[in-house]
Amino acid sequence: MSFLELNKVTKIYPNGTKAVHETSMNVENGEFMVFVGPSGCGKSTLLRMIAGLEDITEGNINLDGILINKVDPSERDVAMVFQNYALYPHMNVYNNLAYGLKNRGISKEDIEKKVNEAAKLLQISEYLQRKPSMLSGGQRQRVAMGRAIVRSPKIFLFDEPLSNLDAKLRIQMRLEIKKLQQKVGVTSIFVTHDQVEAMTLADRLAVINNGLIEQLGTPIEIYNNPKSMFVAGFIGSPQMNFLEGELKNKTLTSEGFEINNVTSDFNGPVILGIRPEHMSQTDKGLINLSVDLVEQLGSDNLIYGEIKNKKDFCFRCSGSQIIKKGSKLSLNINDNNYYVFDKSNGNRVN
Amino acid sequence: MKIKLSQILAHIVLILGVLLMVIPIWLSFASSTHDTVTILKEGMKFGLGDQLTRNYNEVLNEKGGWSEEVTAAKMFINSFIMALGIATLKVIISAMSAYALVYFRFKLAVPIFWLIFITLLVPLEVRIFPSYKIVSDLGLTNSYTGLVLPLVASATATFFFRQFYKTIPDELLESAKLDGANSWRFFIDFLVPLSKTMIAAMFIFMFVYGYSQYLWPLIMTTSEEYWTVVMGMKIIFTESYEGVALPRTAERFAYIILSMIPPVLVVVFLQKWFIKGLIQTEK
Repeated sequence: MSFLELNKVTKIYPNGTKAVHETSMNVENGEFMVFVGPSGCGKSTLLRMIAGLEDITEGNINLDGILINKVDPSERDVAMVFQNYALYPHMNVYNNLAYGLKNRGISKEDIEKKVNEAAKLLQISEYLQRKPSMLSGGQRQRVAMGRAIVRSPKIFLFDEPLSNLDAKLRIQMRLEIKKLQQKVGVTSIFVTHDQVEAMTLADRLAVINNGLIEQLGTPIEIYNNPKSMFVAGFIGSPQMNFLEGELKNKTLTSEGFEINNVTSDFNGPVILGIRPEHMSQTDKGLINLSVDLVEQLGSDNLIYGEIKNKKDFCFRCSGSQIIKKGSKLSLNINDNNYYVFDKSNGNRVN
Repeated sequence: MKIKLSQILAHIVLILGVLLMVIPIWLSFASSTHDTVTILKEGMKFGLGDQLTRNYNEVLNEKGGWSEEVTAAKMFINSFIMALGIATLKVIISAMSAYALVYFRFKLAVPIFWLIFITLLVPLEVRIFPSYKIVSDLGLTNSYTGLVLPLVASATATFFFRQFYKTIPDELLESAKLDGANSWRFFIDFLVPLSKTMIAAMFIFMFVYGYSQYLWPLIMTTSEEYWTVVMGMKIIFTESYEGVALPRTAERFAYIILSMIPPVLVVVFLQKWFIKGLIQTEK
């Protein structure tokens, strides 16, 4: 039996909106699971159901072998870090951390010990007497994490905790969260809409769309082997290029080029997906790109251009290459790294 | 230079405002230090007289009323108890009912809120007979309970607390829940400390409201033991002169000055929070 089991969990709001459809998944003890998806896909709802902040319409959730559907949030032994941190504004940092312990009737000495330990781990010891309003964004984030850690709960839940930070701090905190989780070893679920966060943090990743898990797997599995067009488009940056085409007898025709020996028995209209980083320049390649725009990132260049009817086709090359606007490039797909999706339903067919 | 001119103008307006407030009080105070005859002859005085100790002594210690037993000091105590009771209970009840309205999402929360709100249209003076009937049926006339209880429900305070609670983010409640706080703990540990400036402001308003009640204590009390300051003002310190009761003006001025002290003290002690409560919310 897994540590956290979701069995056909469904959420229907009183107004009839179906936020989560019969979702089933298992999370193992100590695992870092990330829910990723666009806004309104139901990922936060799912997390809040695990926390007990939303009722479960149908299905079961088991945590550590106990059915927790009807268990009050305060009894579930879960800790959550909120997007806006939800620090207690009238309490200093020490009391913010200690509050949950006090409610559990832990002795004063133990509370002090635990709070000091957690504060040391998060490097907030010197702010313990301050109020949250006197802290910076990053410090608040740490306090919110401290409040979760200090209780040593069965599971950590993170609801987009990094989205209120500036870009630099976000990367730094991302790293710290990952390190911390590895150190503390607590099972964690992290909700985000940022695919980079998802890729870097996750042991396993659940890509969620319209209340359904589209794909579940390790980040690299999902990157290398997306099951649907949605997953392929969501994971990877810059986004995968999608070209319309026709697959017939293992030959794919699209935007002025042909690919032979496609490993698929599918016949009909398809979408061809190519990642910008899976192409390279050659003399006589498949794809002819006329360059409209060059984004120089330093380490890489992102080239945007036109191929026949498709605009804003992206190609990624090393930053050392100098490519000018208006020039024409000839590209080949590396090692058959392309993806073919059924145009009607977006499912992968190769 | 322009800024200076506007500053001067602002100060002139402020000073005028202060004078408008202070002059009547000073006039009363100055008059309370003369003897009655002087005031009756010469009108209210700006300058100080020499009767200060005598007048105030008289006011605090003289027994008055029909029974010649009630003193001004006793009336101050009565008013203080009444105002304190009204203010405390009003704040507690309003805060708790607002808590119920905002956080316990029962079906009729909104209609019930409006029902509470429209009681603003029915002040005590309008419903004074039914209120008196109830209180007298309960046998609460001539008691502190009877003075306080019919006035403790407050739509205004409930409204202010409700609006304030609505601005508190839901995550705070959720986070507190996960930290093991039940509904009662959330109220005591979160809403009360977060709204303490609001509580102070409401307390002052309600204290002054309770302190200045006139009609209700007048109807409620037949025993002089429960007279309050505002009622007493009309009745006490009269002098019989050829069968006509004449006011003893000097003592009355002293009485007025003394009657202002309790509300002023409340404002002075709570003003730091009071001003905060009016101009900002701590979040």
